[in-house]
This record gives sequence, C-alpha cells and structure tokens, in this order.
Amino acid sequence: MSELHVVVNGEERSLDVEARTLLVHALRDALGLTGAHVGCDTSQCGACTVLLDGRAVKSCTVLALQAAGSEITTIEGLASGGELHPIQQAFVEHHGLQCGFCTPGMILTTSDLLSRDPDPSDADVRHALRGNLCRCTGYQTVVESVQAAAASLREGRS
Amino acid sequence: MIPAAVAYERASDLDHALELLGEPDARALAGGQSLLPVMKLRVARPSLVVDIGGLPLRGIEKRDGELHVGPLTTWDELASSAELRRPALAAIAECARGIGDLQVRNRGTVGGSLAHADPASDMAAALLALRATLTLRSTQGERTISLTDFLLGPFTTALGPQELITDVVVPVPAPGSASAYVSVEHPASGFPLAGAAALVGPAGETVALTGVAGAPFVLADPGTPEAALGEVDVLGDRFAPAEYRRHLATVVMRKALETARARAEEDEA
Repeated sequence: MSELHVVVNGEERSLDVEARTLLVHALRDALGLTGAHVGCDTSQCGACTVLLDGRAVKSCTVLALQAAGSEITTIEGLASGGELHPIQQAFVEHHGLQCGFCTPGMILTTSDLLSRDPDPSDADVRHALRGNLCRCTGYQTVVESVQAAAASLREGRS
Repeated sequence: MIPAAVAYERASDLDHALELLGEPDARALAGGQSLLPVMKLRVARPSLVVDIGGLPLRGIEKRDGELHVGPLTTWDELASSAELRRPALAAIAECARGIGDLQVRNRGTVGGSLAHADPASDMAAALLALRATLTLRSTQGERTISLTDFLLGPFTTALGPQELITDVVVPVPAPGSASAYVSVEHPASGFPLAGAAALVGPAGETVALTGVAGAPFVLADPGTPEAALGEVDVLGDRFAPAEYRRHLATVVMRKALETARARAEEDEA
C-alpha cells in the first residue's frame, strides 16, 4: 500500500491505496464519494467523470496514485451552502436527467466545457459530451440544460 | 475490472525513468488512456508502471523550420494549439479533435499513443503524412527514427525496453502546402474503420492510411486510390469486411485529398 495525498472538493485527504487502485474506487470506497459512478468500467460511458485539476477525466481510467498532489472535484463538491451549482440547477429545471445515473458525469464534463468556452454552440456541447452516455432521457434536454447553465453562468459573471 | 497487482513509481526525471524501466516487464505510463484499459483487461500485466506524466516533455514549439511536439502533449493541447491552425499542419489539430472524447483528450498523449501502436491510431496517419520523425532516448544514448520505421505492426514498435520517445519532430511543409485528416469511425469505439491524412503542396501529394492494415502506412502513389490500394493486404473484421474497408479507404483518401487541396487554394486566395 502507498499513501496518497490529494485535495478532494477543497479538503486535503490522505488515504492508503494499492498501486493498481483506480481513482474511481479510491473516491467511492475509501472516501465514500459515491457520486462518481461505475457504469461501463471501460472508459466509454463517462459516469465516473471527475475533475482532475479542473479538467474532466474518466476516473475508471486513472490510477489513484497518478492523482497524487492534484485537486479533484466530484459532484459532491459542486453545491455550496445548501445551494445547487448553476449547472446542477439547470439540469433540474430543463429535465436534463431522468434516472440520474449519468448526471454527475454530464455535469462535471459540462463544467470543464464551460470553463473554457462560456458560450458554446449546440454542436460544441454535443462534441464535448460525446464521452457521456445517457440511456433514458435522450440528449436534447441535456443540451438544453447545458445551454441554460452557460447562460446562467454568463449572467453571474457580468 | 481492476489491473493485476503492480508496482508504481513516479519518475523524477528522464534518467530516473530510464533507470526504472530497467526492471523486467516495466512499462512507461503517460496519460494511461491506452495502457490502463489493457491492464484492466489483463492483456497487459506489467510488474512496474513508471509514471512519466510529470516529466517536462510537453508542449508544442516551432523552431528552425520544424515543429517539435513533446510526447506528453495531450490531444486536447494539440486540438487547441494556435501553432496548428496553419493549413499545412491542420491535419494534426483536426485529427486530435476527433480522438476519443473530451475526457480521453484531456489525458491521452501523442507519445503514449505512438508507443501503444494501435493499428487504427488516428494520429499515426496524420504524422506519417507529415513525414514525422521521433527522437528516442535510452541508457545507450539518443537516436532518430522516421515514424514509418518506428511502426512495425499491430501494437509493435521499434522502441527498446529501456527507451522513451523524447520528441516528435515534424518538418514544417513548404509555403502553399495544406493537410487534412478524414476518417469513418466505428460509432461506439470512435476508432477509424478507415482514416486518411493528406498533405498537398509544391512538393507533391502524400497520403497515409490508418485502420486499414496491420499498421498505419504511407501510400506509395496516391494518384488513383483504387490502384494505390491494390497491393495492400486490407484488414477485415465483423465491423468492416475487407472489401468494404477497402472501399472506405478510397473514400477517406479522396476526401482527405480534396479537403487539403481546397485548403491550399483558400490559403493562396
């Protein structure tokens, strides 16, 4: 076992992991952050997406030790003071989810996209979300949610 | 799926990485987007992964008529590089933008992909068409090898066990040149059933194909696609039987050439 030091959702954490432990299992099993879902486990579905130093990654395809010294944001880290993050709020208001399994990944990938492109086209949104699969709602309302989130964040900034 | 038990070391510099790779069955780990999936499937069972992700081998720089791409440069960095917007080098950015998905592009590296040597690697085609060479470093010293000579077959390269790619070098094509990358992807995996990169300009026309044979390759004479493919032993599988894949290859070749020619004309206008 090796000791891993990371900052998760703004908090310094230390945990013991095996070299082969995947980041998603470290987050779920050692830290109890079960918002990162294991869907396909083959780097296809995006349900395990988290932010690693601000960039969306599939945590089923990162060794926990590769994240040493990094800042990780999971879906649990987005809401603050009992208020949903604007991206979460937009998904609620625009029916961007049905069963919700893919939603943490959708929202964190959206966070990466909007951090570099505050005003994406629908095509840009679909391109960015290619690695996040939804099997129930369909993608139209997801795209609408992302656009609503983008508008809301732009307004917040101005 | 969890990889087989393995040891992990983070390399502090290049010499340290090469030393660690002296361990039998050690493998270098860059972004992990190719190696970790095969470790999870236990197709690869290294004794040690040497994490080279923190080494200063990252970034895109143009100097002395050459483009130098650090092997740890990610797909995302290639896709968004201003240096690669010029028509001559457009194939690289265009190709990078279509690889995997946003999450994979954030982690996956050009050097890791070349060393993995998937027969359907997108970027290998783009870099072959642009006549890239690689700089390799081992404990014995440094050597330069053309990408054509580096790619030996499916998942097989000329890279030694204690050797790393330290630079990907692309000669900047003559003024008036333009390039393009076009592929037909398997809709689920995103890998090309056939992909073609074209470079056109005063020095003639070059086309490289991927997904079509055991390794990406440069076509001898791209003049007439059907004839150029005549001698090639085309892959067939359940997604694309050989005859269909041969047809797709001619389609992507034509489209890549047409796109590159249009870009060259537009640039002149």
